[in-house]
Amino acid sequence: MTTYHIENFANIINNSYQTNIFTIFAYVLLIFIGILAYITLVALTLIYVERKVCAAIQCRIGPNRTGWWGLLQPVADAIKLVLKEKNSPLYCDKLLHFIAPMFCLGACLSSLLIIPFSHNIQVINLNVGILYWSAVSSLGILGILIAGWSSYNKWSLLGAIRSASQMLSYELSIILSIMVIVIYAGTLDVQKIVLSQLDGWWIFKGHIVTVISFLIFFVASVAELNRTPFDLPEGESELGAGFHTEYSGIQFGFFFLAEYINVFITSAIIVTLFLGGWLPFHLYGMLSFNNAMNGIHPIIWFFLKVSLIIFIIVWIRWTLPRLRIDQLIYLEWKFLLPLGLVNIVLSAISVLYSFHF
Amino acid sequence: MAIHLRTLNEVLHSSNKKKTWGTKEYFINMGPQHPSTHGVLRFVLRLEGEVVKEIIPVLGYIHRGIEKIGESVSYRNFVHLTDRCDYLSSIINNWGVSKVVENAMQIETNERIETIRTIFAEIQRLQSHTLWWGVFAMDLGAFTPFLYGFRDREFLTSIVEDTCGSRLTMNYIQPGGVMYDIKPDFSTKIKNYIRYLRPRIDEYEQLVSNNIIIQKRTENVGILSKDDACSYGTTGPVLRASGVPLDLRKDHPYGMYGKVDFSVAVGSVGDCWDRYWVRIEEMRQSLNIIEQLIDNIPPGKHMVMKHTAKIKLPIGYHYDQVETARGILGVFVASDGKDSPYRIHLRSPNFNNLWSITKMAAGLKISDLVAIFSTLDIVMPDVDR
Repeated sequence: MTTYHIENFANIINNSYQTNIFTIFAYVLLIFIGILAYITLVALTLIYVERKVCAAIQCRIGPNRTGWWGLLQPVADAIKLVLKEKNSPLYCDKLLHFIAPMFCLGACLSSLLIIPFSHNIQVINLNVGILYWSAVSSLGILGILIAGWSSYNKWSLLGAIRSASQMLSYELSIILSIMVIVIYAGTLDVQKIVLSQLDGWWIFKGHIVTVISFLIFFVASVAELNRTPFDLPEGESELGAGFHTEYSGIQFGFFFLAEYINVFITSAIIVTLFLGGWLPFHLYGMLSFNNAMNGIHPIIWFFLKVSLIIFIIVWIRWTLPRLRIDQLIYLEWKFLLPLGLVNIVLSAISVLYSFHF
Repeated sequence: MAIHLRTLNEVLHSSNKKKTWGTKEYFINMGPQHPSTHGVLRFVLRLEGEVVKEIIPVLGYIHRGIEKIGESVSYRNFVHLTDRCDYLSSIINNWGVSKVVENAMQIETNERIETIRTIFAEIQRLQSHTLWWGVFAMDLGAFTPFLYGFRDREFLTSIVEDTCGSRLTMNYIQPGGVMYDIKPDFSTKIKNYIRYLRPRIDEYEQLVSNNIIIQKRTENVGILSKDDACSYGTTGPVLRASGVPLDLRKDHPYGMYGKVDFSVAVGSVGDCWDRYWVRIEEMRQSLNIIEQLIDNIPPGKHMVMKHTAKIKLPIGYHYDQVETARGILGVFVASDGKDSPYRIHLRSPNFNNLWSITKMAAGLKISDLVAIFSTLDIVMPDVDR
């Protein structure tokens, strides 16, 4: 069995012998620049992937003129967004209208902190990591509500209210399905949750309970992401563009960026909780195969799994139509929530009597 | 059954009672620039939360006075204008005017002309329904079928383009015949297309009809009862979905419809699902009709009168109607014996179909309103004319 040493930037700061203020400042600056460069890269890649995958689904070619195979298309889009004029409605609440996109982006940037990319690449390893994620990621809804409210537009407000009811409902299911894994792993620390899957990923060794929990988490997190079939807050055929109708330029770009970063973060959390995080894929008893798999770097494993989940999310988006708002709420309160509650009891029983592998 | 349609003023001033507690009703403008009002229709919605209490369509944003222009142009020129009404079934519109003129002047067309006309009318119906299918799915939030629908329509559009040179405003059927004769490879292309589209429709049914979300969004949503459908004067697939088997192609056959074998799709409940299903079934029936006619187009001339011949209708009132992709298009002409009509009026199917939404969508959600409006398949230029 391979052993992984958990290190991260916080530990490096704590353990380094030069703990003066400048070193810490340098590290923080480094992390800041790193994250900024990283999220831009992730968002641009995701936009490119989304456009190419949807083109393939729709029997089109997709972007292919800007750069090689259209690789520079997202860059061109970003430049366009930055250069466009910022415009806000005449009677809108200027301050709230201005800070709403930052709320959205800030929420998703702060939840990026606890993602374990590999055994030693993680911004900060909190001992309540997953709790922190669920707390911070739900702050994004504030940004959407503020955006809808401050826009002085009834359509935006409708989108924001829809978003609020949707996110509040589906947050419950997300927490419940996280709790199942927390009960199995016995910790809230994301690195320890990953390491608890050394002898098998939770989706495989947790019986049917974790599979159900995985499905609930997947559906609920697609709903949290405001993507089809749950894209009611921005459902373009009903509300125009929903809560971001009145935004333009880079302010709209912030919402856009936040959406794609959230896709990445949600996939990363799914991978961490259910699919073994950065651990390699092992088959029981096949020693040489497992050794070969160990040879691949954990970060490559992590991104492979994340891209699989992202592909499924994109695939769903371009296939399914949209639910109606009451059907959406019924799905949560009448189906997913009771199922999640039963599931959590089952998981507790199975841990108590050690049913799982 | 009497229908009372309230004007915008009545609606806006009706709910002005001051409420001191509870939720308040509010008004919202849906359109004229809205993605799912398909053009420039404006709905004024009286809402309580998301629930639509009352809908009032406000028309006139694309009124071009086509009927008034018709009074100063010749009959042959007016055919061009009908292209611009219901642009998704322009050939059938042309046929409506040509039928009035031919019946009034007692021009006998030959069988070749009638066969070509019937085939093109059905091609037009297919074009319209494939486009509608894609737009319907897009209104419900699925973007992909929209491109599939357009892709399939594209084949037909290029076949029509081969024949008459236009892609949207075809202006193909003229009084006394058709504009151009069909090309030699026309029937091969059409047969290839039929072979292509039949499995596609089944595939689409798997993608869209079998989708649980589509079913939940359409079943028992926007029910239009038989009585209501009749009293609102709806025609076409909307009326047939409500269970009234009125189809001019069957009831008063014109062209070659009397000699081909096809069935009329009739719904039972009159909800969105029935309207969806009726159109899908009509696509299959259109393929059947084309298939029966394409192999035996009789020889002959494609135009029985000269392109330059003067058309003068006898003094009096003339009326005729055809079944377009959306319902019955009636063309009423009052003639004073001159080159141009004294008064011309189009009874457009879209106008009547549109008003039935005031009955159907009241009490439902905004999303349902979008779904219902999509299944009505309105083309706005035909409503305003």
